[in-house]
Amino acid sequence: MKILGIDSSGLVASVAVVEDDVMLAEYTVNYKKTHSQTLLPMLKEIADMISLDLASVDAIAVAAGPGSFTGLRIGSATAKGLGLALDKPIISVPTVDGLAYNLYGTEKRICPLMDARRNQVYTGIYEFQGDRLQVIEPQMAVAVSEIVSKINEDGREVVFLGDGVPVYRTFLEKEVKVPFSFAPAHANRQRAGAIAALSERYFAAGQMESAAEHKPEYLRLSQAERERQEKEAQNNA
Amino acid sequence: MEAQKDILILGIESSCDETAASVVKNGRTVLSNVISSQIELHKLYGGVVPEIASRKHIEKINQVICEALDDARVTLDDVDAIAVTYGPGLVGALLVGVAEAKAISFARNLPLVGVHHIEGHISANYIEHPDLEPPFACLVVSGGHTHLVVVKDYGKYEILGRTRDDAAGEAFDKVARAIGLGYPGGPKIDRLAKEGNSEAISFPKAHVADSPYDFSFSGLKSAVLNYLNGCKMKNQPIVEADVAASFQKAVVDVLVEHSMWAIDEYGFDKFAIAGGVASNSALREAMAAACRKKKIAFYHPSPVFCTDNAAMIGVAGYYEYIAGTRNGLDLNAVPNLKLGERL
Repeated sequence: MKILGIDSSGLVASVAVVEDDVMLAEYTVNYKKTHSQTLLPMLKEIADMISLDLASVDAIAVAAGPGSFTGLRIGSATAKGLGLALDKPIISVPTVDGLAYNLYGTEKRICPLMDARRNQVYTGIYEFQGDRLQVIEPQMAVAVSEIVSKINEDGREVVFLGDGVPVYRTFLEKEVKVPFSFAPAHANRQRAGAIAALSERYFAAGQMESAAEHKPEYLRLSQAERERQEKEAQNNA
Repeated sequence: MEAQKDILILGIESSCDETAASVVKNGRTVLSNVISSQIELHKLYGGVVPEIASRKHIEKINQVICEALDDARVTLDDVDAIAVTYGPGLVGALLVGVAEAKAISFARNLPLVGVHHIEGHISANYIEHPDLEPPFACLVVSGGHTHLVVVKDYGKYEILGRTRDDAAGEAFDKVARAIGLGYPGGPKIDRLAKEGNSEAISFPKAHVADSPYDFSFSGLKSAVLNYLNGCKMKNQPIVEADVAASFQKAVVDVLVEHSMWAIDEYGFDKFAIAGGVASNSALREAMAAACRKKKIAFYHPSPVFCTDNAAMIGVAGYYEYIAGTRNGLDLNAVPNLKLGERL
């Protein structure tokens, strides 16, 4: 089974090719957010290096959200174009689950934090039971204080990771009452290798969609829709 | 001699609120033209909401492309190149088409050609007019653009004039909203104006002092809004049809006048219009009459090729393709791309 992984949900652009339990190639850049210009040249680079026959790919796994709306769409449109051109299915991997999967094997709770702006984070709580990633709190968009209360209630030692860590580090150091640590550099941001590896579980379970069906999961309405709803709620009140 | 092989271009367009794909043969024959419009969705907000447009594009784009291939009875194996709009337009909307086109280009090893949206609109005229070839002059009028352009050759343009503020179509939308017609305003004003008197109200025709070919419509729009407010304050009845007809005439008069100046100065024997507003019946009639008077040929696309579509991108893409234009996988969306500029 060969899976092509893509993650452009945040500042990181990452592509990978995973075959069964071997990662053949991964290209991850955490520099400036120009995913539109970099993602496909990165994919071409690794495909050329490993002489990848695109027809041999079984599925395309993509970090399907949450994340930067535009970043998600660049990843999704790329996956959809590949899926259409190669007639391959798409595996939508929840971005926060994919981040958590970087910390395979830890006995601690895993709490990814992605900066979601507007004083919120995209987050969730996870743990490994054996070789399985278990979702304790599914991915959500909440204020960082809310996830910190859940972690304090949970009472278990926790590892934080993600681009929300530098943003909220001071807050976390002050407010988190359980033992905690921060994941190291090689494992604390989005990686397409993790998306592709985690997606093998979905693939085995038949949890795929057609390239036509696939769309990102934003976890948030657009600003226009939100304001419209608020207005309607006010009018009804 | 062996017959030349046909060249098929798959065109993709997602710059605003239409998701569109098309297959075009040899730059002139449209084999399919699929358009998924989001107008109903944006009506709720009185105009195009960029984030909602982008979200809809990604939901529809594969179906639209597959339908375009099916309608043309071809597969990607038959396609010679992919042409995609990369600007100008809404950046998030453009990015969906650009990323999709690049991925297909990469996966199928197909040449990629980035197309300027306005170049597409101008090229829409080639579809139904096999005799039309550059050089000619073209007025591009839509919700986002008002350009008076010299088409020197395929892919070679000189802009004579452009709007300094609102696009002509934008003025139609804003006036339509002010007289309660809703979005999109163009077709609604066109329809209502037929019942009104275009001489009833005298709205100003704005000229730009230092550039005879430039346009300005925000003054006209304000004049209409002031007129409506004045009527309300004085408790005078507003005849919407007269407002629509008089406003439309003010826009059309300026568009025709500037176009004819250009024809006089540059001596073109062919004139074309393009863009969504080019389907406005008053503009077509006035422009046709003015061109008849000057004894020059007048061209305009059918309404379906006036509003945003991918056939026009396939046509423009064909001429770029045979001229050797190729874009790399690093092609980006350029929201304020200028006509004649290649990035």
